[in-house]
Amino acid sequence: MVTDNKPSLVTLNVDGVEHQVPAGANLVDALAKIGKEVPHYCYHPKLPVAGNCRMCLVELGSPLRDRATNELVLENGKPKIGWQPKPAIACATTVSPGLHVRLESPGVKACREGVTEMLLLNHPLDCPICDQAGECKLQEYSAEYGRGASRYVDEKNAKPKHTRLGPRVTLDDERCILCSRCVRFTAEIAKDPVLGFVNRGSYNTLTCFPGRELANNYSLNTVDICPVGALTSTDFRFKMRVWFLKQTASIDTESSAGANTTVWSREGKIYRITPRQNDAVNDTWMADSGRELFKAVDAPNRITRATVKTSAVTLDAALTAAAEVLAAGPLAIVGSAHASVEEQRVLAHLAKQKGAKVYIPAHRGAGDGLLVSEDRSPNFRGALVTGLTDHAADTDLKALAADIEAGKVKSVLIIREDVTACGLPASTLAKVRSVVLATHHDVTTAAAEIVLPVLSVFERSGTFVNCQFRLQAFAQAVPGPAGVLPDLLVLAKLAGADATSIWSDLAANVPALAGLNGALLPAGGVQLDGAAWSAVPFPEGKLLKFAPVAQA
Amino acid sequence: MAIKVVERRPLSLAERTYLPQILAGLKVTWDNMMRPAVTLQYPEERPTIPNGYRGVPTLVRDPNGREKCVSCQLCEFVCPPKAIRITPGEIAPTAANAHVEKAPQEFEINMLRCIYCGLCQEVCPEEAIWLQSQYSMTGTNREMMVNNKAKLYELGGTLPDSHYKWDRKKAEAERQAESGH
Repeated sequence: MVTDNKPSLVTLNVDGVEHQVPAGANLVDALAKIGKEVPHYCYHPKLPVAGNCRMCLVELGSPLRDRATNELVLENGKPKIGWQPKPAIACATTVSPGLHVRLESPGVKACREGVTEMLLLNHPLDCPICDQAGECKLQEYSAEYGRGASRYVDEKNAKPKHTRLGPRVTLDDERCILCSRCVRFTAEIAKDPVLGFVNRGSYNTLTCFPGRELANNYSLNTVDICPVGALTSTDFRFKMRVWFLKQTASIDTESSAGANTTVWSREGKIYRITPRQNDAVNDTWMADSGRELFKAVDAPNRITRATVKTSAVTLDAALTAAAEVLAAGPLAIVGSAHASVEEQRVLAHLAKQKGAKVYIPAHRGAGDGLLVSEDRSPNFRGALVTGLTDHAADTDLKALAADIEAGKVKSVLIIREDVTACGLPASTLAKVRSVVLATHHDVTTAAAEIVLPVLSVFERSGTFVNCQFRLQAFAQAVPGPAGVLPDLLVLAKLAGADATSIWSDLAANVPALAGLNGALLPAGGVQLDGAAWSAVPFPEGKLLKFAPVAQA
Repeated sequence: MAIKVVERRPLSLAERTYLPQILAGLKVTWDNMMRPAVTLQYPEERPTIPNGYRGVPTLVRDPNGREKCVSCQLCEFVCPPKAIRITPGEIAPTAANAHVEKAPQEFEINMLRCIYCGLCQEVCPEEAIWLQSQYSMTGTNREMMVNNKAKLYELGGTLPDSHYKWDRKKAEAERQAESGH
C-alpha cells in the first residue's frame, strides 16, 4: 500500500455541486468541512456511531454502470445517477468517490420535519426554565427544520424532572431525546459504564444501573455533549442563561495534561468552565475537578493588598521593600510550575542576576490515564524550556531548609507556592527575609515578611507548556481585584526587566521557542521540540493523547 | 443700498377707537370662563388610565397566588436600556410550586433607566411582567428608584390567567402517576 502524508481526496456531489473531501471521512464531518450542515443529535465525532436519532437522514446515490460492459450509463450526455430508494443516515456513511448526496430535496426535508415532530411529541417545551436554551440542538433544529406547529392532541408523558444521577449531574427526563451520547461516553471514554435505558416506547428512560451513580471525574462531559437540556450540571443549574456569558479560551491548570478550556463569565464573574476542542490534547473532554477551579477566584482568603510584616502598604512601597530584601544577601528562589512561561523567563533572568539557586516544588497526585496527569502543575515543562531549571522538580525543599539553617541563604523569593507544605517549616522561613508572590493566604504568606498579591489564571494571560511540550495560551477572562498587578509585571519590576519584550527575548534566545510569539499562538497551541529534555525523569504516565517516552 | 419706502395704510375709525379688538378679546375670555374646567387637581384628583397604557413595569401573580416569573431572563436580555437585573434561583423542593423549579431570587428594575417601551412585557413567555397603570415613580435618592422583587409584586398584584399552564402540567403528572406511569 502506498502511504503518503497528504490526505487523499475524493469527489463528493452535494445537491449537484462537486466538492473535494478527505477520503475515509464520515459524511457528517466531510459535509461540515465544506460548510454544509447536516442536522444531527446522536452523532458525535469523538464517540462511536449509534445512528438512533435519524435526524441526519439524507438521500444518497451513485453513477449507474452497465452490468454487462461496466460502462457508465449516460443520460443527456451526463452519467445517470442511481438514487437509493430510501434515505440513509449520513453519520453511518463514509464518503466514497462519486457519491451523490441530496441535502435539500423535498424527501430529506420531510424526513427532518418528521423526526423533529416525533422528538417534540413528549417534549415539555419548558425552554424558559431550561438551562440548555441558547445552546440546545433541539431548539435550533426545531426552528430550522420543524413544522412550527404541533398536531399532537393527546396528553404529553410526564417524567421525573429532577433525578440525581451523581454528585454533579442532574437529569430532567422529560427533555431527554434518547440519543445515547451520554451512555456511549461513560462506556467508551470514561470507562465507567453506569448509564443505560430502561422501559420501552414513550416510557424509555435514562437511568443509572442499580446501586451505581454517575460519580466519575468525567461525569460533567455528559452534560456538555447532551444535545438537549436533559443532563444538567448541578452546579451551573439555574445560575445564568448562556447567552449572557462571554467565552474566553483558557487552559486547565489542575495537571500537566493541559486540557483546553472555555471560561464562561459575565461582568467579571465566572459561571462555568467547559472543555474546548483540541484534538491533539483533550479532544472535547475535560475532568470535573478542573471545572471547579474558578471558585478560588472569589475565595475568602484571596489576597488583595500588598503587606509588609502583615501591615497593608501600597504596592509601590511593597515593591521597594521587596527589592531591598532581594538585595539583602545570598538569595534562593522557589519558582513555580504554576507560573506562565513568560513569568518563568523573567524569574530565570532574576535568578541569574542575583546568582540565586532555584527550587521548583513538585506537585504529585495519582494520574487517571485520561486528562489528569501525575504532575499536578500546568507548566513544569515551561520551567525547563525557559531555562529556569534543568532537572526534575524537587520533591521537597529540605535542601533549602538546610541551607537556611546553615546560614547560607539570607533571603528567599517564593512564587505561588506554599513552601510549608513542601518541607520548609514556617519557623525556618521566619529565620530569613522573604518575599512571597501569592494569590491566597496560607501558612507561607502568614510567615512571610513581604507579600505581593498576584492574579489567578483567569485574571491574567500567558502561556503554558503541557506534558507533550505543547505551548498553549490562556487569555484573561475576568478582571482581577482592583490594584493587583499580573505576576509578570510584578516580577519584571523586581528584576528590572521589560515585560513587553519578553517574547522577543524568548524567540531569539530559546531554541525551542524560535520565531514564536505567545500572544499570537494558534488556538490549538504549538508543538515544541522537547528532545533536549528527554533525559529528565518525568512523572507522567499514559494519558488520552500522551505516551511517556521510555527512560533508558 | 436702495431704500424702499413702505407706505403705511391709515387706521380706520373702528381701529382707532380700539373697541372691536377689546370686545374680541373679551369674547375669548368669556368663552373660556363658560367652558367646563379641564385642570385636574393633581394629586387629589387622578386621571383615568386608558387600556393598554404602558406604566411602570411590575411582576404579577396568578389568581392562585403563584408567582408567574420563572427568571428566564428574556426581559433582561431584550431590555434596551439594560434596566432589568435578575438573579435566578431554584424553588425549594418543599414549596407548593416546586414543580415550576425556577423563580427569581432577586428581580430589580432600575426606573432611572427604564424607558417604558414595553418590550419586557412583549417578550415574557410566562406573562409575568406587565406595564400597568402606575405612572408616578418618585424617590429622594437613586436606591429608591430601583424596584426590587418585593416592590414589583406589590405594584403588580394579581392578574387573571387564561392558561394555568403549570397547574395543568402538575395535574397531568399526578394523574399519570396514579395510573401507574
